Amino acid sequence: MTGAWLAEMGGPLLSGPPSRLRGTETETEMNQHVTAGLADPVEPTRRGDVVRLVDLKRRFGATAALDGVSLTVKKGEILGIIGRSGAGKSTLIRCLNGLERADSGEVFIEGREISRLGERELQPLRRRIGMVFQHFNLLSAKTVEDNVALPLKIEGRPRAERMARAAELLQLVGLSEKAKAYPASLSGGQKQRVGIARALAARPALLLSDEATSALDPETTRSILALLKDINSRLGLTILLITHEMEVIRSIADRVAVIDAGRIVEEGAVWQVFADPKSEITRSLLGGIRPQLPPEIASRLAAGEGAETILRIDVAGEAARRPLLSELSVSVPGAFRLVHGGIDHVQQQPVGTLFVAVPGADARHLAAVIAFLKNRGARVEVLGHVAGPV
Amino acid sequence: MSPVLFELLLRSIWETVLMTGASGLISLVFGLPLGLALVATDRGGIAETLWINRILGAVINGFRSVPFIILLVALIPVTRLIVGTSIGTWAAIVPLSIAATPYYARIAEVSLREVDHGLIEAARAMGGNRWTIIREVLVPEALPGIVAGFTVTLVTLVGASAMAGAIGAGGLGDLAIRYGYQRFETSVMVAVVIVLIVLVCGIQWIGDRLVARLDHRG
Repeated sequence: MTGAWLAEMGGPLLSGPPSRLRGTETETEMNQHVTAGLADPVEPTRRGDVVRLVDLKRRFGATAALDGVSLTVKKGEILGIIGRSGAGKSTLIRCLNGLERADSGEVFIEGREISRLGERELQPLRRRIGMVFQHFNLLSAKTVEDNVALPLKIEGRPRAERMARAAELLQLVGLSEKAKAYPASLSGGQKQRVGIARALAARPALLLSDEATSALDPETTRSILALLKDINSRLGLTILLITHEMEVIRSIADRVAVIDAGRIVEEGAVWQVFADPKSEITRSLLGGIRPQLPPEIASRLAAGEGAETILRIDVAGEAARRPLLSELSVSVPGAFRLVHGGIDHVQQQPVGTLFVAVPGADARHLAAVIAFLKNRGARVEVLGHVAGPV
Repeated sequence: MSPVLFELLLRSIWETVLMTGASGLISLVFGLPLGLALVATDRGGIAETLWINRILGAVINGFRSVPFIILLVALIPVTRLIVGTSIGTWAAIVPLSIAATPYYARIAEVSLREVDHGLIEAARAMGGNRWTIIREVLVPEALPGIVAGFTVTLVTLVGASAMAGAIGAGGLGDLAIRYGYQRFETSVMVAVVIVLIVLVCGIQWIGDRLVARLDHRG
């Protein structure tokens, strides 16, 4: 990895003086922003925004694939977009390089509006946006190095330069010895490494990842995600990835946006969304990797009174760093039991979910427990009562 | 077999090879772009233009539905215009090429259509234009099928060239009919059949070897 290489990464996507169109667009937006004031959900273009989407809509027949999506991706961050299949993720990511056209709305790539550009005008722009695909999409008739060098061939670079760059990138992804091999002889993980190397070949300012790990086994997934994270931190490359797996978001994303039925239903720092998911769909997507009350206990929960009350306690950040349970036992004397749960670390932040059983005979005791926990910054939910010990 | 007949056999082999080779080459040169045009102009293609696609398809189907022996006769004025005569080996190359071009266009179309759409999308995402997609993706990825299809076309042309004897084109088929059948020279008939088998097997063998070398799809 040379210094020059680093310096060239993440440069401005578009050079040259701003076009007349671009100037007008920005002006109009700023005016809108001023008049709309604080109520305006759309932020003005900031220097650091690589991508900004404004009220993007796209219909396929009767279904709305995108139903008013507004989103920004800041320079150098990894934004993960998660949703179930059919939520509109693929349509969204494909709008960013013009492979898909929105019916309405605006797509700004480093300040330039691209949604109404013609195919010919889009081509030079796409050369600065790398894309990684779920099924790799490597050319079977080309060797690994020729695959990696293809974006440069499209740019019209001389062969010597292309091959030097391909060698450099193959070293970065750890596949130097496969340069002369054909993709068919590679494993899935190796193919995706080639896909990533190819996406980086033209020194993009933005990397789009379309379910890049969905066709890979868990171990390979981890190594590919580690590679993407490494590229992000070493080169400062902005990455937008879409996935249906929360595990992917948790591993590498800085921010997450949850998409459902063509709308962004939730957006925020990954650890905050993990700690306090607001929407039903987010909770459901988190279901697999966050502690849940075991079904045999959940099935015995009743609304009335019972021997024990089951509480769900969510703590995150500073609140989770404190000795919460030992403080509870000191401040509110009385027996309570830890039934299930644990503390996880997301983006170096502790995110905990604990299920606690409190003897339920005394309502005042229960109220004191809840008040203490809330005072310490935890979210507490009374799930119900169980007749006998669980 | 007399030396005269042997010499006739050698000349007939040359005529068949010439007819097959020349019309094969012409069908490749015109059929492949036609096949590309069929795929590119179709729905979802890289240059979707449905009316062009319909017209091309109809013209190709029209030529393909006419039996070769009828095409051979019907095209006599065209042949005379191009070659200057309607009789002989070179005259036969015109109808053979015109029959083989749409045939090969359809075969090439099938191979080109099988190229994974994701690869075209990847090339577009890299900023490639249509020409890039054709040169770097469609043709190289379909090449094994394009070569295999060309082999099939050549073998078909060996058979079709036998019929060209009807317009005095010579060739192995003509020899077999005039000497082997009409003059009861069984040895000529047997020799022609053996030569044809060797010729067809040879073409197929070379084609298969080439496909195996080109195919990296694993």
